[in-house]
Amino acid sequence: MFGWEFPPHIAGGLGTACLGLTKGLAKQGVEVLFVMPKASGDEDQSSAKIINASDVEALYNLADIEEYWKNINFMEVGSNLIPYMDPEQFEREVSEQKKYGNRTERIGFKNKYTFSGKYGANLMEEVARYAMVAATIARQQRFDVIHAHDWLTYAAGIAAKKVTGKPLVIHVHATEFDRSGENVNSLVFNLERQGMLAADRVITVSNLTRNIVINRYGIDPAKVVTVHNAVDFQSYSEMNVERGVKEKVVTFLGRITYQKGPEYFIEAANKVLKAYPNVRFVMAGSGDLMNRSIRRVARLKIATRFHFTGFLRGQDVQKMFAHSDVYVMPSVSEPFGISPLEAMRSGVPTIISKQSGVAEVLKHAIKVDFWDVDALADSIYGLLKYPALSEMAGRCGLDEVNTLKWENAAFKLKKIYEEVKR
Amino acid sequence: MNKKTLCLYFQVHQPVRLRKYHFFDLGKSHDYYDDFANRTITRKVAKRCYLPANQMMLELIQKYGKNFKVSFSISGLALEQFEKYAPEVIESFKALAKTGCVEFLAETYSHSLASLVDEKEFNLQVKQHADLIKKLFDYTPVTFRNTELVYSDKIGEMVARMGYKTMLTEGAKHVLGWKSPDFVYTNSLNPKLKLLLKNFRLSDDIAFRFSDKSWGEWPLTAEKYAGWLAESVKNEDLINLFMDYETLGEHQDVSTGIFAFMANLPQQVFATSAFEFLTPAEAAAKHQPVAPLNVPFAISWADEERDLTAWLGNELQLEAFEELYKVRDKVKAVNDPALNYDYCCLQASDHFYYMCTKLFSDGAVHKYFTPYDSPYEAFINYMNVLSDFVARVDEKYDNKEKKAVKSSVPVEAPVKKTVVPKASAEKNMKEGKKAVSRTRKK
Repeated sequence: MFGWEFPPHIAGGLGTACLGLTKGLAKQGVEVLFVMPKASGDEDQSSAKIINASDVEALYNLADIEEYWKNINFMEVGSNLIPYMDPEQFEREVSEQKKYGNRTERIGFKNKYTFSGKYGANLMEEVARYAMVAATIARQQRFDVIHAHDWLTYAAGIAAKKVTGKPLVIHVHATEFDRSGENVNSLVFNLERQGMLAADRVITVSNLTRNIVINRYGIDPAKVVTVHNAVDFQSYSEMNVERGVKEKVVTFLGRITYQKGPEYFIEAANKVLKAYPNVRFVMAGSGDLMNRSIRRVARLKIATRFHFTGFLRGQDVQKMFAHSDVYVMPSVSEPFGISPLEAMRSGVPTIISKQSGVAEVLKHAIKVDFWDVDALADSIYGLLKYPALSEMAGRCGLDEVNTLKWENAAFKLKKIYEEVKR
Repeated sequence: MNKKTLCLYFQVHQPVRLRKYHFFDLGKSHDYYDDFANRTITRKVAKRCYLPANQMMLELIQKYGKNFKVSFSISGLALEQFEKYAPEVIESFKALAKTGCVEFLAETYSHSLASLVDEKEFNLQVKQHADLIKKLFDYTPVTFRNTELVYSDKIGEMVARMGYKTMLTEGAKHVLGWKSPDFVYTNSLNPKLKLLLKNFRLSDDIAFRFSDKSWGEWPLTAEKYAGWLAESVKNEDLINLFMDYETLGEHQDVSTGIFAFMANLPQQVFATSAFEFLTPAEAAAKHQPVAPLNVPFAISWADEERDLTAWLGNELQLEAFEELYKVRDKVKAVNDPALNYDYCCLQASDHFYYMCTKLFSDGAVHKYFTPYDSPYEAFINYMNVLSDFVARVDEKYDNKEKKAVKSSVPVEAPVKKTVVPKASAEKNMKEGKKAVSRTRKK
């Protein structure tokens, strides 16, 4: 399995999904060899770079305690691959590193395959380099199916398939259209498309994404299969927090980018505040639209009721949920969307956009079109105003997320593996 | 030889659907209704179901004379919308009424669940409905059927007190046990009220399974069905087939052959069995009741459970229902025509049905009937409307109180003023009704 991030240090939902899937597969008796690039671990990394050497240690600790991890082997490849970054940004980062001259060669922890090539100066080169490593690994390891997660690893998957002739499954957690709207990066698009064309099966995390794969990438519907994500709350612990504010709290939590629809949250907040002043809105996260969002909030003169927290991680996320009365995910395009499930696990009533994959599996979340600010405002108001509604949505939502198990997703996955093996 | 009875009854109902009412409309707009949807749906269903079905019934009556009979309950809200959007439907029901082969049943005007709340309110709504039936069809109902066949011992007792002799309800398995629905029963508190029970297996064969191609008996022919009917009453007295009128042409599309089936059914029934068609009142009069029926908890004809959970199952529904009836006394005291009208529309059971979360299990049926994407959305919208309504009632009520207090200073009996006597309240309500329909016609 080729991935590019893994908990506990993750930038988005993909690492969580990989963890859940591999755990689920292990329970199904499927052995997994997880290959992932490891970032350089330089001190000079910007906040977006999150994988470093000490994280890897934590990873192995986790691997030791979990009994069924014995089926899963990790393999890391020294690499700069960084999630959620486009090629231009990558180039900037790398050239910065060059300037400060701390490009020391790194060899992956417990990594039998020391790869001593030079780091590529741009993302595409890096992807190609990773593919070469993949081919080497593929020749030396025994396995039945190749599984590649998201576009950074598709080339690796293709290479492994070419070398071994083993079937390739690619897993689409997001497409370029989700990340960039209509301004797609054609290099990324082409890489994605090549991966899909070369694959024996394309797995999508929702029917929404499946449709994009079929319609935008022109892939044969027969080989595109949806396997919905799930959640794992095994390590979840109840949290009691003391609230600092008397008012109810409505929360947006996610990267503040085009894809997440922050502006709709702000406009809806403005409408709700006019009719229901006894409430505070929180936008947790960071991203390229953050400054614009702050300006908009100021212009609407709701800044005393609308708060920004910046990027939250680890426990802070759960703490934020514990402080919330309503959770809103107004994503413009969300292939799946794990965070509403986390909110619901904390018993928080949740509003999600219909343009999210998670809307396909949830019944007890309120669903609105992301652009329908009125409907969004209505739903927020309803949850604040009518206690029967929020109680029921919270209670049923909790029951519901507890039934979404990775084992089910892994079960489907195993079937797909068996199909392509034939 | 004593003939067996086949009793056909159809429910005709269209709720007045609410528009998307945003919370920022609260206090600003008191127009709650989606006129476009109401008009479109009424006209669509009229064209697909009511008009062709009435035509068919009329032809059957003309063909078989007094041998073919049928009965309807048409909710006040449905009649009101026919008058507004599809008056030809009223005309076609009038034509049926004139044949003398059709019985019109009494029910609550707004297809409400008032029977579960308050006898006074319940009686008022039944009377309001009976008055409308009298006015339109020159017919005084003698048989009662409650919204969605909701029934309990207590409800039956209230119905008997209003003077109705017969009542329709569901032949629910959990109530009947080993007993057959194919006899006449009586209310367990007042044996004067006779009960006709729906044979749900045979009714649902038509209403739900008729066009289901995965059903073993598909396609269902009138001949086969008439055979089942004959077989079912070896020792029993009658079979009650109760269903939505919309089954004909709306729930079951014309292309499924439902009209041909119904048109052919009487002939097949006459050919293969010893049945006669009777109206509910005639059927109840003809057959001797076999036993009183104990129904301590309310039943209905909905879903697998045949209970109230489709309307009052989850806390959303209970909350909305409670809030709705909390304001009742004030609405009566204020007695404002516009408020009375809104109160009537808001009581339709459909609003609560839309909030049902069983939607996720009895999904297919529920989803078909709801204009909302989810029960949560239905609740939010309804509560927004209700909040505005309650605010209006409170305002009027407070004004009235103030006036009453002021004017009562010189007058001797201030207490009397605040409570409007029932009779005059009813009268006012009727007048209010007229006033409202007049303004709406403009």
